[in-house]
Amino acid sequence: MALTVDQAVPGPDDRPATAAAPPVPGRTGRSGRGRRLLETALLVVLAVVMLFPVLWMLETSIKENRDVYAVPAQFIGFDVTLDHYRDVFVARGGEGRSDLSTAFVNSVVVAGLSTLLATLLGVPAAWAYSRFGLRAKKDQLFFILSTRFMPPVVVVIPIFLMYRELGLIDTELGLILIYAAFNVPFTIWMMKGFVDEVPAEYEDAAMLDGYTRLQAFWKVTLPLLVPGIAATAVFALIFSWNEFVFAIFLTSSQEVRTAPPAIAGLIGGTTVDWGLVAASAVVFAAPVLLFAWLVRKHLVAGVTLGAVRR
Amino acid sequence: MTTTTSSPVRAAAAAPPAPGRRRRLSDRGLAVAFISPALLLLLTMSVFPLLWSLWLSFTDYSATRDTPASFVGFANYADVLTSSQVHQRALTTLLYVVGAVALQTVLGFTIAYLISRRTRGRGLLTTLFLVPMMLSPVVVGLFWRFMLDTQFGVVNSLLGSVGLGQVEWLTRQRTALLSLIVVDTWQWTPFIMLIALAGLTAVPRYLYEAASIDRASEWFRFRSITLPLVWPLLLIAVMFRAIEAFRLFDLVYILTNGGPGVSTETLSFHVYKVAFLGFDTGLASAYGILMVLVVIALAQLYLRYLEKLKEG
Repeated sequence: MALTVDQAVPGPDDRPATAAAPPVPGRTGRSGRGRRLLETALLVVLAVVMLFPVLWMLETSIKENRDVYAVPAQFIGFDVTLDHYRDVFVARGGEGRSDLSTAFVNSVVVAGLSTLLATLLGVPAAWAYSRFGLRAKKDQLFFILSTRFMPPVVVVIPIFLMYRELGLIDTELGLILIYAAFNVPFTIWMMKGFVDEVPAEYEDAAMLDGYTRLQAFWKVTLPLLVPGIAATAVFALIFSWNEFVFAIFLTSSQEVRTAPPAIAGLIGGTTVDWGLVAASAVVFAAPVLLFAWLVRKHLVAGVTLGAVRR
Repeated sequence: MTTTTSSPVRAAAAAPPAPGRRRRLSDRGLAVAFISPALLLLLTMSVFPLLWSLWLSFTDYSATRDTPASFVGFANYADVLTSSQVHQRALTTLLYVVGAVALQTVLGFTIAYLISRRTRGRGLLTTLFLVPMMLSPVVVGLFWRFMLDTQFGVVNSLLGSVGLGQVEWLTRQRTALLSLIVVDTWQWTPFIMLIALAGLTAVPRYLYEAASIDRASEWFRFRSITLPLVWPLLLIAVMFRAIEAFRLFDLVYILTNGGPGVSTETLSFHVYKVAFLGFDTGLASAYGILMVLVVIALAQLYLRYLEKLKEG
């Protein structure tokens, strides 16, 4: 099946290829226009419903506390404040960094390094799987994918015990390793798709020119894979950034904890500062939305582990 | 061929010239060198823990006691499989998975279909609809916990303004599971929409043109062209979602914490309780192994359809 993601998710400047398609003859007239109107209205309603929670969170994050808890809810005409955003970064009382900002830094470190590790291990493996006929290749690839499908809450039990033995509990290294292991299957599957698209003949030609296989990979194929690697890495980054289960069971201290458990920790007490929750959620989500926009052309491949491409 | 010496002629014929041989060997070496680090990481971080879990599942080990584990055979498995608690959690999980996946499939496909029929604003609309999917389950769970709050939640506020009463979304047994389904649907409808849209866009236009020459009705075109062509892809999306929903943990943890009572306690959440609140590690491991088996079976199905799609 011919399936290009670019068609499904066009960029801002792309004109849909079907825009100039002639109207279907025969079935026009008033019923057609009414139908069109109905479809548009339905789409608008659905879009509003889907986007409302996000807008509501944004709005809550800039409201004074009394407006946050107002009954009935205040949609317009509230005083705008950036206090909640200040509280995300600055400790209460005005001095020093907040725990949340430490958690954000940890998230950057853990997500960044685990993505780097997954890319370094996954890309060469994907190339090897794409280029060579290996024994039981399909079984190997299925095995790799199946590790990704494990329920995290199940895997976390033995990982927890293992980390306790190794002293990796409550360390950033522990999280980096498990996230890398979590992302390697994805990286291999998605990158294999990208490598498959680079003709093997390029490498053969390079080898006829006297390059070794390794040089051919390094000098010819790898440069062509850079956009694919970037897209894959961004997805791995998003997964690690958003991950919660391992983060909450394998870390406990403020200094090591990543942002998802830290944000979840805000609702522990009897009263919840929803303004702060909203602001930190917005701050936390912003990079992900930016990243997702960067890889929008690869979204279908990315969300299906690269398994569905074209 | 058993030995090379017994048939020297064939061996000689099969042996490649020396330079070629070295190249082939180095190819193999390269493949091993490139693949083994990744496999090693997976073996240490996934397979080894899972094997450990498998071993623990046959013992009465508890992570909080210092006593060594003693072998209990299949007792843990028997406990899990016959426990009425587990049956109830399985039913909850089934309700949740079927409810959420069905709802998001219908909604996601509808949105994709509506978008695919538009000529303008498709890119913008698609991008907007995709936002929920990109958010962390923690953020999504918190969003909704706030919105569904009985006293000052915006949902009840809206219901109140149209004259409907207050609903205790997260604190009533029946509505809590419904809330979970709604939130999961909110987050993952975009996923189905994205896959369906990719499928819909790939339907060749000439099929519709041929159909319109035949004056086929809108419904006929949908049923006999659109649906059959999008169906395989949609099925993959559904299966993928079913696997993900089956192992869902974080959203339950944030949104309802399994409650009220045990009304939103899915299998994943129950494993967590057995393992980390009851510290019955052996039993939790048996439980986990059984869940992994289910997931692997589902994943097999997923891959089988994928192969079919790639061939077709």
